Amino acid sequence: MARSISPAIVADGLAAAYRDRLIWRDATFTVNTGEFVAVLGPNGSGKSTLLRLLLGLLPPAAGSLEVLGKRPHRGNADVGYVPQRRNIDRDLPVRGRDFVHLGIDGDRWGVAVGNAAGNHQRVDQAIQSVQAQAYADRPIGRLSGGEQQRLLLAQALAGKPQMLLLDEPLASLDLRNQIVIAELVAELAGANGLTVLLIAHDINPLLPVVDRVLYVAHGGVAIGKPAEVITTEQLSRLYDAPIEVLHDSHGHMFVVGLEAESAHHDA
Amino acid sequence: MPELYLAAAPYFGWDLVRVVQELFRYAFMQHAFEAGTIVALSAGVIGYFVVLRGLSFAAHALSHIGFAGATGAVLVGTAPIVGLLVFTMSAGAVMGALGQRLRGRDVTIGLVMAWSLGLGLLFTRLYKGSANLAIGILFGQIFGITSQDVAVTFVAGFVTVLLVLAVYRPLLFATLDEEVAEAKGVPVRALSIAFMVVLAVAVSEAVQVVGVLLIFALIVAPAAIAERFTTRPSRGVLLAMVLAVLFTWAGLSIAYYLPYPVGFFITTIAFWSYILARVLSGAVARRAAGRVRPWREEQARHSP
Repeated sequence: MARSISPAIVADGLAAAYRDRLIWRDATFTVNTGEFVAVLGPNGSGKSTLLRLLLGLLPPAAGSLEVLGKRPHRGNADVGYVPQRRNIDRDLPVRGRDFVHLGIDGDRWGVAVGNAAGNHQRVDQAIQSVQAQAYADRPIGRLSGGEQQRLLLAQALAGKPQMLLLDEPLASLDLRNQIVIAELVAELAGANGLTVLLIAHDINPLLPVVDRVLYVAHGGVAIGKPAEVITTEQLSRLYDAPIEVLHDSHGHMFVVGLEAESAHHDA
Repeated sequence: MPELYLAAAPYFGWDLVRVVQELFRYAFMQHAFEAGTIVALSAGVIGYFVVLRGLSFAAHALSHIGFAGATGAVLVGTAPIVGLLVFTMSAGAVMGALGQRLRGRDVTIGLVMAWSLGLGLLFTRLYKGSANLAIGILFGQIFGITSQDVAVTFVAGFVTVLLVLAVYRPLLFATLDEEVAEAKGVPVRALSIAFMVVLAVAVSEAVQVVGVLLIFALIVAPAAIAERFTTRPSRGVLLAMVLAVLFTWAGLSIAYYLPYPVGFFITTIAFWSYILARVLSGAVARRAAGRVRPWREEQARHSP
């Protein structure tokens, strides 16, 4: 198939802006099919903006961008998306299963007629693939953050995408669940040949599964292996400020100096 | 009007066939049942999404804006329904364009609502007609409905239900998960506007039955009750429609026998049904929680 030889994402001299406010520019990178890329960077640096560009919700301010060999466009069935999760209302009278179902036919007009059995089977498969059978029939607002995250992942998978764009799926999860969800995403991506871009705050739960890191900071973008990008020299250059990367005995990485930088950046 | 017929000593008893025959004996009751049913069906289907989208207060405000429209229409010499539709649809389009930004705007919505009632008051005074006009719009006048009104209501109600069904899945998607729906190509903003315009039509119809002030009973109450008993959207929509129809039928039937206004009966039935639903669904939820807990503990035990 063509997609196995062509890269999944090609960005060349890409810039992102909201109206006339430039977020970042000169982003040139390629993500290969089947790669698992973690997107890191301080708050407000434009990580979610990158996903909006890839989804076709925001046009590039400059440069070119190709997603799965085409210009990004809304309604691309090949791209599964899980946005950053605001709180789901506890009393929302809708099952997790109904959320998953929307991933298959939520964009079709009218009410569901015909092929109902086929779609229910696909919903079941998607729920099984994230091991959410036990609670898929309960109101989604009553589930824990990790359980909701699995079902939303199932929703994205139900559409049978080739690429997953996940915005902070590990946020508000405890460390154990962060590792579990990261491994689940990696496993599903491997089994289905999916390309994954996952926005995260902390690289450590992702270190065992991630191929490369895309760092968005200070109006620019850098990509490479974690050990290449998350270094004192690279980050200091990217931020144009003294940043220090520390390692503990388990190989975990800690970036020091970011807090002051992002606070300054946001102000 | 019912007083005219009371001399015929309406039958009431265990013979349900005779009761039904009695209820449909007069044209005004037939019209009331016909219009009431179609209004209830459209109120039920749209009400489900009103509650799910958190737009109950906005829907309530729309009906008040309709009061200014209806009284204004009479003042310039046209039918109240024309003013109702023009005012509610314009206001609905603005609200729909605001979309999510409408949430939490209670103060702004409330002020527009109060001003609309004030305008309606002014128009009523300027018209120098009897207060019956205003009372009819505020509290409904289902027993005074003509066969022509029934025809108009039927078309409007039919279109409302069809439109909601036509956008059912993307509307549900946009309601539950706006960001993903947008990325998937669902026109969320256009849907938001279309929904509010359709709601405006449904509100204008419902005003005929329960009036501007009692609209909550038909649009919000059935849906709010339905959402306490089912977690499946399709069943929720159907249950809301069934409940709205039952409330209307029960209200009309009781009002046929008793000399009190139908709006009072419909709102009373809606209110006590909601109370009952809260009590019952609370009990159901507690039983469900009892069933679920063992699984939670098991899950926690198995986790590393």
